[in-house]
Amino acid sequence: MIMYTLIYDGTFEGLLTAVFEIYELKLFHVKLIKGEWHSRALFEEVLHIITDEKRAGRVLNGLRKKLSAAGIQRLYIAHMAEMEQEESTLIGFIRYVFDSDQNIEEDYGNKYVMRLSEIIKMVRREKHRMEAFVRFQKLKDEIFYSAIEPDFNVLPLLIRHFKSRYADQKWIIYDVKRGYGVYYDLHDTQYISLDFLEGSKPDNAIAAFNEDEQIYQRLWKNYFNSVNIASRKNTKLHLRHIPRRYWRHLTEKI
Amino acid sequence: MNADRITEKLNILADAAKYDVSCASSGSKRKNENKGLGNASNGICHSYTEDGRCVSLLKILLTNHCIFDCAYCVSRKNNDIKRAAFTVQEVVDLTINFYRRNYIEGLFLSSGIFKDADHTMERLVRVAKKLRTEHNFNGYIHLKSIPGASDELMREAGLYADRLSVNLEMPTEAGLKLLAPDKNRQDMIDPMNFLKNEIILRTEEKKLFKKAPMFAPAGQSTQVIIGATSESDQQVLQSANYFYRNFNLKRVYYSGYVPVLADKRLPALNTSVPMVRENRLYQADWLMRFYGFRVNEIVNDEQPLLDLDIDPKLGWAIRNMHVFPIDVNKADLQMILRVPGVGLLSAQKIVSARKFASLGWEQLKKIGVAVNRARYFIICKSSEFERRDLTGSNIKQFILAESKSKYLKNNHTQLNLF
Repeated sequence: MIMYTLIYDGTFEGLLTAVFEIYELKLFHVKLIKGEWHSRALFEEVLHIITDEKRAGRVLNGLRKKLSAAGIQRLYIAHMAEMEQEESTLIGFIRYVFDSDQNIEEDYGNKYVMRLSEIIKMVRREKHRMEAFVRFQKLKDEIFYSAIEPDFNVLPLLIRHFKSRYADQKWIIYDVKRGYGVYYDLHDTQYISLDFLEGSKPDNAIAAFNEDEQIYQRLWKNYFNSVNIASRKNTKLHLRHIPRRYWRHLTEKI
Repeated sequence: MNADRITEKLNILADAAKYDVSCASSGSKRKNENKGLGNASNGICHSYTEDGRCVSLLKILLTNHCIFDCAYCVSRKNNDIKRAAFTVQEVVDLTINFYRRNYIEGLFLSSGIFKDADHTMERLVRVAKKLRTEHNFNGYIHLKSIPGASDELMREAGLYADRLSVNLEMPTEAGLKLLAPDKNRQDMIDPMNFLKNEIILRTEEKKLFKKAPMFAPAGQSTQVIIGATSESDQQVLQSANYFYRNFNLKRVYYSGYVPVLADKRLPALNTSVPMVRENRLYQADWLMRFYGFRVNEIVNDEQPLLDLDIDPKLGWAIRNMHVFPIDVNKADLQMILRVPGVGLLSAQKIVSARKFASLGWEQLKKIGVAVNRARYFIICKSSEFERRDLTGSNIKQFILAESKSKYLKNNHTQLNLF
């Protein structure tokens, strides 16, 4: 059997278009890769998927007949997370959906269903971590700014939480790893990208702090140290809850 | 703002509050409907201390001045320590400014008793009222109910707070008499009882009138100190069970006694904190609340102490070998929940997944079952299963031999005090 490599643009519509092509061309062994078109090794069949809204729409409608709304949302979230090498899981899952007569969302004995559930679990955990680990710094212009570097692309999933919680303050949450952020202006949110000056780190904006900012940062650090019970020290547990890679954006750990 | 003075107060009053272990910020359903600040629903742990405990709320005392002289408490009247007191406005400012920076879910305010119960409670209520009415704050507020406070103040507290708690301190009345001679168990139970009835009443009201105000939506909790007096685990858990059943408590917290004071009634200062025992008590508590175990199945007259080497679910299983092995592809959810190595989520996944096809070991492992423990108690779609006729104590030895307990480095003995 020939292995086909499908190259797509990384969008959800692109993924669904790829599914359409797989059924249209009756492909069996496939690998889906996000990326640009360039020549590949010999003996390998490469197809370039051109995202097509109509075809994607037909696949989505098909999914709607076989999955619950929550099931489709999980698929969408798993794709948006941009985990490497997981496109095959999503393709495998979608094919299993179409090849079954009943809704297979809870068939955890199937490897694709189980893997999708693991991916969702990882994404949810990362989203939850970001809801916890965002540390706003109040800037001179009264905007609360926070830099984050989540493992997966979860910023879009954070908007609802922060918008309803901090409805009365302007805020920016910026994913410095992926180079985009969300800005809330007291009414709506919009995606933004910031041009940082040469040499200045995006998460280092002390010069722009509001006058109270450093006082509250110091109070928070003090508080954090005061509540520790030294005789119960448990570094392993501490690190399991806050892995080191998150420390650089946590006021109390800097 | 005098930053240095506030810093000093914060250090003193956070330090004094840290032995209260409750950190929950969940269970409420306060929405941000008025374009104000904050909301409270599922609870978030914003940070973790180096001892691995969650930091979710700004947990402070209003003051550590206290007219009581409880032996186990750092803030006791006769202890020679620095004293401080926050003003209402200072607590409000700290809460709001920490909250806006996403440091915390809200405020957990407790206090030493100054003057009398009502004076103290009135001041706590004033902080909550100011946050809610002047600052449009919808974040989480947990207030301590001061034993002996009047019904009128408790009612007001319930209108502004999400959760209220009275610390029972000692699992039994005798323990309390010994270590806290100024305190009276009935004074603690009265506000708890008042709040229980008020919560039931208000919940009924809310069903009829959607606009009726919320009243302590996250309910009540309490805390008992363990290891300071000689109560057995049976006494501790039966007392917890009693309060869960009779006062609709949301949580009972178990706080391993941290020796902070020299007193001949208390364990010596160099005694280690009974962390393993504390952990086993929480596991037992979970079994009662989520796994359908009755307290007598976990501890009873024959087994008054929890086994520190193994968790209480495994303990129950090896005492009840006659109910095993069970077939995970057929058994009820209630029975699957009783298998060691199977958690709540795995149990639910098993019940969902087996509708599609019978499950084997590989799939159980993928679903999240700790097969190295569960394999002694279940059969599944596989010809491989435990065939030896093992006794409970055999199984315990096998499981202990292959597990590396996270507690091995810690001191292992349960305190025998007197």
